[in-house]
Amino acid sequence: MDWLGQYNYYVVFFLMMTGFYVVVARGNLVKKIVGLNIFQSSVFLLYISMAKVEHGTAPIVLADGTVYSNPLPHVLILTAIVVGVATTALGLALVVRIKEAYGTVEEDEIHDQDEPA
Amino acid sequence: MIADNLPALLVVLPLLGAPLCLLLNRGTAAWLVATLVAWLVLAISIALLWQVRGGDALHYAFGNWQPPWGIDYVVDRLAAYVLLIVAAIGAVVMAYARRSVAAEIEPAQQPLFYTLMLLCLAGLLGITITGDAFNLFVLLEISSLSTYALVSLGRDRRALTAAYQYLIMGTIGATFYIIGVGLLYMLTGTLNMADIASRLAPVAGTNTVHTAFAFITVGLALKLAMFPLHLWLPNAYAFAPSVVTAFLAATATKVALYAMIRFIYSVFGGAFTFSQMHAELLVLPLAAAGAFVGSVVAVFQHGLKRMLAYSSVAQIGYMLIGLGAMSVTGLTAALLHLFNHALMKGALFLAVGALVLRMGTTRISALSGIAKQMPWTMAAFVIGGLSLIGVPATAGFVSKWYLILAVLENGWWPLVVLVVLTSLIAVVYVWRVIEVAYFEERPADAPPVREAPLSLLLPTWLLVLANLYFGIETGLTVGLAGEIATDLFGAGSGALPLEAAP
Repeated sequence: MDWLGQYNYYVVFFLMMTGFYVVVARGNLVKKIVGLNIFQSSVFLLYISMAKVEHGTAPIVLADGTVYSNPLPHVLILTAIVVGVATTALGLALVVRIKEAYGTVEEDEIHDQDEPA
Repeated sequence: MIADNLPALLVVLPLLGAPLCLLLNRGTAAWLVATLVAWLVLAISIALLWQVRGGDALHYAFGNWQPPWGIDYVVDRLAAYVLLIVAAIGAVVMAYARRSVAAEIEPAQQPLFYTLMLLCLAGLLGITITGDAFNLFVLLEISSLSTYALVSLGRDRRALTAAYQYLIMGTIGATFYIIGVGLLYMLTGTLNMADIASRLAPVAGTNTVHTAFAFITVGLALKLAMFPLHLWLPNAYAFAPSVVTAFLAATATKVALYAMIRFIYSVFGGAFTFSQMHAELLVLPLAAAGAFVGSVVAVFQHGLKRMLAYSSVAQIGYMLIGLGAMSVTGLTAALLHLFNHALMKGALFLAVGALVLRMGTTRISALSGIAKQMPWTMAAFVIGGLSLIGVPATAGFVSKWYLILAVLENGWWPLVVLVVLTSLIAVVYVWRVIEVAYFEERPADAPPVREAPLSLLLPTWLLVLANLYFGIETGLTVGLAGEIATDLFGAGSGALPLEAAP
């Protein structure tokens, strides 16, 4: 089996797990958002990879083209990117507010401040 | 003309109302718009349920692009049933919101608050009505993003960290879901749920489908706060504004559960889920653990909202036990509890909101003797609590009765014991509040407290009376839930032939 032929899926799942690990393991709220972004980007790559049709051209109607890549996943991922941007913006806005309220963006320090209350 | 476009209007109305609230830029005007929209949506959802009551599904092709290419809005009895719950809770909560929001949210932020509420409502209704797997993701994110912002509007600074935590876990859940949908699209080349279901049979044995199933169910399980993925829920419910807590507790997790039922029965099929993937081996122990742990932890909470939030984790456990029972009775019980739990938690959190308005706190110890000052609010809380416990003649009894029937049908005695035991634990945590509020003397130095205003009491009592009504007149909900469950089993059983994995 030509397992190297699917290298982009290896990249996708490597990125996915990297991002997921960063979200889980990091205590810094900004770094968690970065991890979340890596995690979401891997999904964008997953969709774009599946859209590729071998020997297909860009999905624009040309006189000499007969085989086209599937444009639908690209469109879906445009939507997902917008959603990802919105999530990142909201997440960072929350981090700013948290920094104002607590004076820190480290999870354990925030936790310590709330413990006595 | 309007009658033909009802399925679209259901989502479009709140979507259009949201920016209108923002443009009006006045708290009261925005509230009027939001309330009007919420009640219109309720009227539409009742009309839709009436149209599909016979069992024929209603299809609406958006922009007249025919499925499976275009986005298809499907109203069958299951969707109409959940739409009714969401719209009814939305309408009641919105009517209740004005005084509570005026007390808890800065005046400048009030138009934004109603904008977010309408966006959230639009998203939740959209998830329920859509027949397109990717459209579901978009609407899921619309409702989720507005929910994160709504939670962060709570007065306590811990609302911010709660919203952040919810954002991280919710986004992971949604991304898992979209990975699963992507894998299904690779195999079937379609995003329409019915179309996916019809093309899934030849590939049902492949690892890709198994992986897709795992991603989608885990993603949705995060959203519906299945134990042990519920960690975002207690903080989000405890620190969000009271109106938001009532709305979320009664709708958001229910809609996620609906999406899960939809995927299990209408897309993957019951045979694939249970006979091939054996999802029940994972769901049942976790659901049972959730019901037990949620109930026990609720007993030890000092905050009223937090206590009810942990009780929600337990109630979600009951619904999942019903789902995992793999029978028509079990699914009926899950659907019944979905409806009844929305009613009881809605009523309870609205009563808590009235307490917050007058007392400014949700600590149970601060409630001593409050029943004399706020008799109607506390009476509403008591009836809601009785329904939560499952006392006969309340809605909670009906769903627990069917749950026990379903578990007995399968001969699962330990689960019967568990349901009864956790109900007894519910007696303990509801009693703690009643004891403090009714049997302790109000401290002499406590500031005088008046009964909550009528604009809060009326919506609360509307839900309380609904709890009693659906506890006594069970024909409507039980009949409908039973028919839906039979429908789903009819559609799901034969759809996927069982193949041995290669």
